[in-house]
Amino acid sequence: MNLSDRVTDLPESGIRKFFELAEARDDVISLGVGEPDFSAPWAARTAAIDSLERGRTSYTSNRGIRELREAIADHHRRYDQAYDPGDEILVTTGASEAVDLALRALVDPGDVVAIHEPTYISYGPGVELAGGEPLSVPTRAADDFALTRERLAAAGAERADTLVLCYPNNPTGAVMTGEQLAAVAAFCREHDIQVIADEIYAALTYGRDHESIATQPDMRERTVVVNGFSKAYAMTGLRLGYALGPAEAIDAMNRIHQYTMLSAPTTAQYAALEGLRSCDSEVAEMVSEYDRRRRFVHSRFREMGLDCFEPRGAFYAFPDCGGDDERFAEELLESQGVAVVPGSVFGEGGEGHLRVSYATSMRELKRATDRIETFLTERRQTP
Amino acid sequence: MTDDFTDRIQRVEPSATLAISNLAAEKEAEGADIVDLSVGEPDFDTPENIVEAGTEALEAGHTGYTSSNGVPELKVAIAEKLRGDGIEAEADEVIVTPGAKQALYETVQTLVEDGDEVVLLDPAWVSYEAMVKLAGGDLQRVDLAPHDFQLEPALDALEDAVSDDTELLIVNSPSNPTGAVYSDAALEGVRDLAVDHDVTVVADEIYERITYGVEPTSLATLEGMADRTVTINGFSKAFSMTGWRLGYLHATEAFVSQAGKLHSHSVSCATNFVQRAGIEALANTDEAVVEMRDAFRDRRDLLVDLLADHGVDVAVPDGAFYMMLPVDEDDQAWCEAAIEQAHVACVPGSAFNAPGYARISYAASEQRLREAIERLADNDLL
Amino acid sequence: MSDEREVLDVLTTNARESTADIAAQTGLDEDAVEEAIASLERRGVVHGYQAVVDWDRAGTDRVRAIVELNVELDRETGYEEIADRIAKFPAVEALHLVSGDYDFAAEVAGDSMQDVSGFVSEQVAPIPEITQTVTHYVMETYKDGGVRFGDRDEDDRLSVSP
Repeated sequence: MNLSDRVTDLPESGIRKFFELAEARDDVISLGVGEPDFSAPWAARTAAIDSLERGRTSYTSNRGIRELREAIADHHRRYDQAYDPGDEILVTTGASEAVDLALRALVDPGDVVAIHEPTYISYGPGVELAGGEPLSVPTRAADDFALTRERLAAAGAERADTLVLCYPNNPTGAVMTGEQLAAVAAFCREHDIQVIADEIYAALTYGRDHESIATQPDMRERTVVVNGFSKAYAMTGLRLGYALGPAEAIDAMNRIHQYTMLSAPTTAQYAALEGLRSCDSEVAEMVSEYDRRRRFVHSRFREMGLDCFEPRGAFYAFPDCGGDDERFAEELLESQGVAVVPGSVFGEGGEGHLRVSYATSMRELKRATDRIETFLTERRQTP
Repeated sequence: MTDDFTDRIQRVEPSATLAISNLAAEKEAEGADIVDLSVGEPDFDTPENIVEAGTEALEAGHTGYTSSNGVPELKVAIAEKLRGDGIEAEADEVIVTPGAKQALYETVQTLVEDGDEVVLLDPAWVSYEAMVKLAGGDLQRVDLAPHDFQLEPALDALEDAVSDDTELLIVNSPSNPTGAVYSDAALEGVRDLAVDHDVTVVADEIYERITYGVEPTSLATLEGMADRTVTINGFSKAFSMTGWRLGYLHATEAFVSQAGKLHSHSVSCATNFVQRAGIEALANTDEAVVEMRDAFRDRRDLLVDLLADHGVDVAVPDGAFYMMLPVDEDDQAWCEAAIEQAHVACVPGSAFNAPGYARISYAASEQRLREAIERLADNDLL
Repeated sequence: MSDEREVLDVLTTNARESTADIAAQTGLDEDAVEEAIASLERRGVVHGYQAVVDWDRAGTDRVRAIVELNVELDRETGYEEIADRIAKFPAVEALHLVSGDYDFAAEVAGDSMQDVSGFVSEQVAPIPEITQTVTHYVMETYKDGGVRFGDRDEDDRLSVSP
């Protein structure tokens, strides 16, 4: 078989190696998980069960069931966003499909796509699969891993056609303020750059509300916003996401979607609809639980002398491990049975850091942070 | 953003069936009772045991990610099913996808590069062309329509179309839209060409459980084909699980390790509780599958008889739940008239590169099928 | 959210958290946590700290019942006074004035069913204002104090994921 270069050239994800190392042991406390430790809200699950029992198991319209698109439109008013459920919303099989479709709709072979790093691992490969050229824009701990005009300019991003923006950010937990977004938006307008804004963690912010770049002046028409139910509603395995954008962009994405997916899983669409209708308080409870863990982890890292900026979103902390992050993560796993993900896996600017997920019970977090402390103490004693 | 969409989007036309479904929707909105014979999914409910398994998985909280390539137990069950069909399959040669469409998409993306030549057997399902074009491939087409949609009499034409430049051949048996099931001799002909010209073959076997009196052969079971076949299958048609979105592909481990990268980046994994329902579907649903198949066969027989009563001869399909009805040369106009006048919706054959035909889906009750034929006859459309 | 509310959120999830851990989770310093707890206790917001026990698993004989009580008030006696008399019995673990068909719902515990029924008939029913009692024995407890009993859900997530 003669396989296409676009696929064979894709590197294996660095996460895979840590997955295999961690799976090989059975006493591991994992802080390496990129999904909630909660199950999907019971009301959403019962709605899914109910839809199955009523025999709602056929395909839906390509764009997703109408009521769900309407509920999504309503939901987004809280972020000052207004999208027409008729032609500006596309329901997808997970946010990952939405990102993939957006890249295929917007990125032509040879197009330059700016990606701030460290960030979620699939954007670069997605760009390459679309034939585009990823341009890494490293962000820095000194800026709390926010994307700035200066960093964009330093990386030569003015020649980019598209920017993939992911805030609240995986892996850093960074969020961006309205002011910071305004500067990025200005850069995009000046250089005619369109934006794919992956806002999957929008509901998980602490101490301030999420703001979308699409609400900046003149940005709505050049932005596709991607969101979904995986993180906020603890529905990762139901595979349900969506894209919001100008009708032409959504239409272009739907042209691929209709041939490659047809429609998102029907049952999951009903679960999501119920999630939007009745699960606000459960989401709020999960958010305050994450918030307690976030503060706990952050304060423990400070106590043990790990430099860590205060994460304000998602469920990750991104401490500086003061050296080779891969080695640190491997040795930590080896000697203490604690799994974290080395920051360099997430691209330039991630090296020397660790992604620590606090989507794990407080009890486990206590045990894990104690073990990390032991590890650090031992390391300091044996130079 | 207004015009700045990619060339690949421009290459893909909006689905040709859209005009028909829009027209049907319009008529329905006006209060017309449309007999819809355009649908590509079974009209049966998902069997109860599968619904129960899905329910239990949701109750148990299986709502997180699974391994990207699928839940291990399901992959084992799929490999076992394939071995039952004679394919030497192992669990780690399987990728579980949200729908067989996605499996096909990943397969085409993994195999086809800009300018690669792909051979389709016409009439061909609409998504093949779109997927190849999205990947930048060029199409060669072999028309089976003159041969009652059978492949065996068209092997010479296929031989002319396949060359050393051919990258991929897509074979869909039982076929959508024709319902044809290709003979062993035809598949052996495919094998010979594929081996001679080092061509990879996609065997889309999604309708494999719906055949009437013939046993479909899996291409990958033929000698010399194991290493060059990507077998696509899924749960939608056999188990009436379309909206659940569950399919899979099987190929060599080398292929799977490459396609798996694409899979993990583009959809992460298939829906968790659905995969668990899939395990139950494979284990305990044979009886329901046979019942559905028998119902489809009865409807096919009924349709063939009704059409014969009106003097219309069709190529009698041995599988799936479609047949090709010969209509006017301008099949698009015929289909529009069928909706306008007879209130019957079918898909114009030109959507499948088969002008002069309309695809009838008999995933509808016998009563509705009778009504449809009656109405078409009353309006002089037969 | 006020500091006290944050401390309460932690305590109602796990009352055994150390001051240091509460401080870490709430972002307060330890002195502020101590102060908040002292204030909550002093003002009678927090009345105590108890374990949530699955008595079936504890292996002790212990019977619980929910007892509905109807009362007839007269000019001199109010709900408060009756409640006060009932609540004084140590066997009464909880007592609520409720809306609906009856007036009080009492949770009563004892070593055996005889023990509980004896208590209700000999101690509670004779109170003059009480006109009727209905005792419902607890057969099985699935959730108590916000905690689900039974087998814990296993964490079957992949140990490392993007």
